[in-house]
Amino acid sequence: MKKIFLPLDYNQVKKLKAGDEVLLSGELYTARDQAHKRLVDLLKKGRPLPVDLRGAVLYYCGPTAARPGRIIGSCGPTTSSRMDAFTPALLEAGAAAMIGKGCRSPEVIQAIRKYGAVYFIAAGGAGAYLSTKVKKATVAGFTDLGPEAVYRLEVKDFPVMVGVDAKGRSIY
Amino acid sequence: MRKISAHTIIDVVAKLCIKANTELRPDILGVLKRSFRCEPAGRAKRVLGVLIQNAAIAKREGIALCQDTGIACVYLEIGQDVRITGGSLEKAVNDGVRIGYRRGYFRNSVVDPISRKNTGTNTPAIIHTRLVKGDKVRITVVPKGFGCENKNALRLFHPTADLEDIRQFIVDVVAQAGPDACPPYIVGVGIGGTFEKAAALSKEALLKTVASPSTVLGMVRGVVSSSNHRQSPVAGPVSRLEKELLKEINKLNIGPQGLGGKTTALAVHVLTYPTHIAGLPVAVSIGCHAMRSATRVI
Repeated sequence: MKKIFLPLDYNQVKKLKAGDEVLLSGELYTARDQAHKRLVDLLKKGRPLPVDLRGAVLYYCGPTAARPGRIIGSCGPTTSSRMDAFTPALLEAGAAAMIGKGCRSPEVIQAIRKYGAVYFIAAGGAGAYLSTKVKKATVAGFTDLGPEAVYRLEVKDFPVMVGVDAKGRSIY
Repeated sequence: MRKISAHTIIDVVAKLCIKANTELRPDILGVLKRSFRCEPAGRAKRVLGVLIQNAAIAKREGIALCQDTGIACVYLEIGQDVRITGGSLEKAVNDGVRIGYRRGYFRNSVVDPISRKNTGTNTPAIIHTRLVKGDKVRITVVPKGFGCENKNALRLFHPTADLEDIRQFIVDVVAQAGPDACPPYIVGVGIGGTFEKAAALSKEALLKTVASPSTVLGMVRGVVSSSNHRQSPVAGPVSRLEKELLKEINKLNIGPQGLGGKTTALAVHVLTYPTHIAGLPVAVSIGCHAMRSATRVI
């Protein structure tokens, strides 16, 4: 299986095809519904963001808390379509990739093509399994959102599949 | 009159929250393993393999099967000869959920619907009570995730609707869920009653034990007993409908994780209840492959 080390560079992204299975290693930022809403709000107001979106890989995930002695709790992907309304603005701001589960809207697919981004899918409902791929987890922003805060995750060989590639081809 | 202390309820609910979230139901694990054997080598099989591995890790490590540890739906069948002592039953259930979610390190996913402020305890639970004969209390905890909950649907058909229309509606709801709600699914269907009864039945249908092939011909006992709705006699019209629906849904080729394959649904369960001459409510609840529940009788 192809291994990719983050941050992504555009030449790598270009080569990925919908359906390719890859292992990601490096840094991801979790962000789900409320974090998306806030990030887009801040962008609209021209205010600073808690994380640098340029080249970032956004993971649609709200993990369970870590038991003592563990790095993180269960941490699988949530349904991507709920982020669709916010995604084009985040790609415009420089985000390079997203990880989630399920379909994307035509607008998101168009934005992925426009900005040369990529949408990965991870195994939904396999949060215990995916937690074994996380090597470090720290809160990076929106602490008050609790489980919906933005976490910086360091992952090793995190298994994903290309859901929508930079040419806008979708696996579904 | 048998006395059961509120403390016992708290303790049992807390333990059930932990069990349901960390141990995949044996019937569902069994049917996942069967599907793993049936799928030809490829993506679908690999995904099913990951799900089986996920269940093993969750159980061994005591961590949640899925990060969406749900809103806790608690079904109580209370024997009419039982008296709860030492506190309110509702408070005991909510205390049990709060303690169980804290001890399990589960996600607090419950928020105020208007302000979206997190309650911080994963409470209140959704509590369903039913009075039954006897002196026991049967408690079932169902941590209901919203990836699949968001895909549920209810339609109020005309009484003259054909069975074919209903069948099409149910299949369409699953097709709409597509790859989004963590297939392969358990599909719960409620037909009849009223608006809320059909919805409640479709949820209870998710709790019925998923039959393994060897027990398909025997009576399938539900996790929630069916004292006030009709238990479908096997080989009757309801079980025929279940089989037809399962076959049709599995032709959708959604497959595990939505990547195609023979396994789109692991089971379809239909519960019915008499309805009014003027209507026909039909509700569909989608359960993901990590459809969780745990039951104990006190």
